[in-house]
Amino acid sequence: MSKIFKNGLLVFAAIILSSLIFATNGYSKKKPYVLGADFSITGRASFLGDPEAKTVTLLVDQINKKGGINGHPLKVIMYDDESNTTKARLNFERLIKKDHVIALFGPSLSGISLAVIDLAKRYRIPLISCAASYKIVVNPRTGKARKWVFKTPQSDSMAVEKIYEFMKKKGIHKIAIITITTGFGASGRSQLLKYAPKYDIKIVADEKYGPKDTDMSVQLTKIKGSGAQALVNWSIGPSQVIVTRQWKQLGLSKQMLLFQSHGFGSKRNIKLAEGAAEGVYLPLGKVNIGRILPASDPQKKPIMAYIRSYEKRYHQPISSFGGHAYDALTLLVDALKAVGPNRAKIRNYLEHKKGYIGMHGIFNFSPTDHNGLTKDAFEMVVVKNGDWAIAH
Amino acid sequence: MDSISFASQLFQYLITGITVGSVYGLVALGFNIIYNSTEIINLAQGDFVMLGGMSSVFFVSVLHLPLAISIILAIIFAFIVGALFERVAIWPLKNANQVTLILITLAGSLILEGIVMLIMGKDPYTLPYFTGSKTIFLFGAAISPQYIWVIAISAITVASMSYFFNKTITGKAMKACSDNPFAASLMGIPVKKMILLSFAISALIGAVAGAAITPSLLMEYDRGPMLTIKGFAAAIIGGLGSFGGAIIGGLILGITEALFAGLISSGYKDAASLAILLLILFIKPQGIFGKE
Repeated sequence: MSKIFKNGLLVFAAIILSSLIFATNGYSKKKPYVLGADFSITGRASFLGDPEAKTVTLLVDQINKKGGINGHPLKVIMYDDESNTTKARLNFERLIKKDHVIALFGPSLSGISLAVIDLAKRYRIPLISCAASYKIVVNPRTGKARKWVFKTPQSDSMAVEKIYEFMKKKGIHKIAIITITTGFGASGRSQLLKYAPKYDIKIVADEKYGPKDTDMSVQLTKIKGSGAQALVNWSIGPSQVIVTRQWKQLGLSKQMLLFQSHGFGSKRNIKLAEGAAEGVYLPLGKVNIGRILPASDPQKKPIMAYIRSYEKRYHQPISSFGGHAYDALTLLVDALKAVGPNRAKIRNYLEHKKGYIGMHGIFNFSPTDHNGLTKDAFEMVVVKNGDWAIAH
Repeated sequence: MDSISFASQLFQYLITGITVGSVYGLVALGFNIIYNSTEIINLAQGDFVMLGGMSSVFFVSVLHLPLAISIILAIIFAFIVGALFERVAIWPLKNANQVTLILITLAGSLILEGIVMLIMGKDPYTLPYFTGSKTIFLFGAAISPQYIWVIAISAITVASMSYFFNKTITGKAMKACSDNPFAASLMGIPVKKMILLSFAISALIGAVAGAAITPSLLMEYDRGPMLTIKGFAAAIIGGLGSFGGAIIGGLILGITEALFAGLISSGYKDAASLAILLLILFIKPQGIFGKE
């Protein structure tokens, strides 16, 4: 009995002590602004969620070191959905109902984003998604923007248009496409098919491969006989390296240029392709090419600051995806600074935000456009001497 | 060369089919060796391939050893991992039923994947080509020298396995265990030891395949399950337990996929290979070379 009593006393003392500490803390500072985030930090999409979570941690520390938002410390409650839709939904419900956050950002994947956006509408809370699909911000049935939902990544259609615009400049009008049979590849393929007529481009071969396929020489051999002037590959993962290598090996490089999607934007891919990537064209968000941007570019300064602090803290290069989380969080911070912790006001502020300089472009939101970017958020880049160079 | 003739295209498809098919065949061979001695379907078979590729990468890029030595070390390493796997996961369960054991191999596959992911990360890796990357042009088809290596290594592996199982005492003893473990034990054959050996040898074959394909097809931590599925399909087509059948099954699968992708539709090539599998199960459920 006495032991239980002693333990009880100890717990009681601990509670008193901790509440005292909390209380003193609370008096010395203003109440923190609490935002909620959910990313796929582990699981199959961890290559997205991991840099996103790291970026958020980095930014929160930086903001609080500079005195927070109008004196209020910033707190981000961040959950991991393990790349699992059900888990993500539970996380968002928890952020809204239990944690009572002011606004939401994330998740990392388009599929998961589509599964949670109705919560934003139901609870009237602003949500900035870090996933690409245009359906996240536009209701495909009505064609109208979703009231409470925004997104920071560029849509695939912008990458497609940027590529086609470049092709037109180069006098290319017969192309072959090869796409991976995942959501990313299928969406890219439909945009490639949709925009081709607008740029006077004819698709003479349309090939596919599976996400775990390791050899595309069959598809590429077929393309070789198609008379295309350029080849567009739309995929993420090792398959894009294999396509690049086999484009060279099969002698296609002598016949046609190779364009990759923005998914190719990691220097590891150039290294893995072992020289075959020379001369490959791709559209990239400016955050990936901070070092080669001209000094006159308004995005150069913030991008370089982000790159330096990220590399200093994590000892690894930044990725395109961390940039999406950067843009989402800083937009919310900007809104909080301007209008304070009011959900409706934040939504309204974001909807009319113009000329916001982010990592992935200059955002110009409007009531009909909750993405705020155009194809000019991409820059055409070519692989030259094992590095990115701006393509002309 | 500005275009490519139909005959050359066909030849290109065949070369690709044979290369991919021989990898499937090697995975199927590993399946059969374990199946013969234990009647277990080892769902970690594809991960042995991944392990062979990734540990070669580890020896080359982290320890900076020469390629040949790295591959030999990787193969020895896989042999040891295979033996350990049997000792730790299979051997302690004396009277477990087949399903339990198969589920244990699935767990083994996940654990192997997890460990490799923790050590090497999630990025794909490559190895240097065995003999340069200069493409060979034959009848208008472009062939990577690495593909010739893959085909040759598969042929050598199959030849040495059939020598081992038909000509050496140990090999014959392993075969005896698969025919009738009880009779084999009465003849003084240490059945448990043979099971241990069968896991080690399957892992070794997997590692050989893994080291051979990594230079041209890259390797990453989660490549295993896909190889397991394709290799299993090849083993079923050829007939579970038949060594020749494993290779034939692999080649049928690889060539069907390549021809279907090339001539009909690349989007549905996996459906084509599954249709072949269903067709064989329908006509001859025990596989082409399977015992009645």
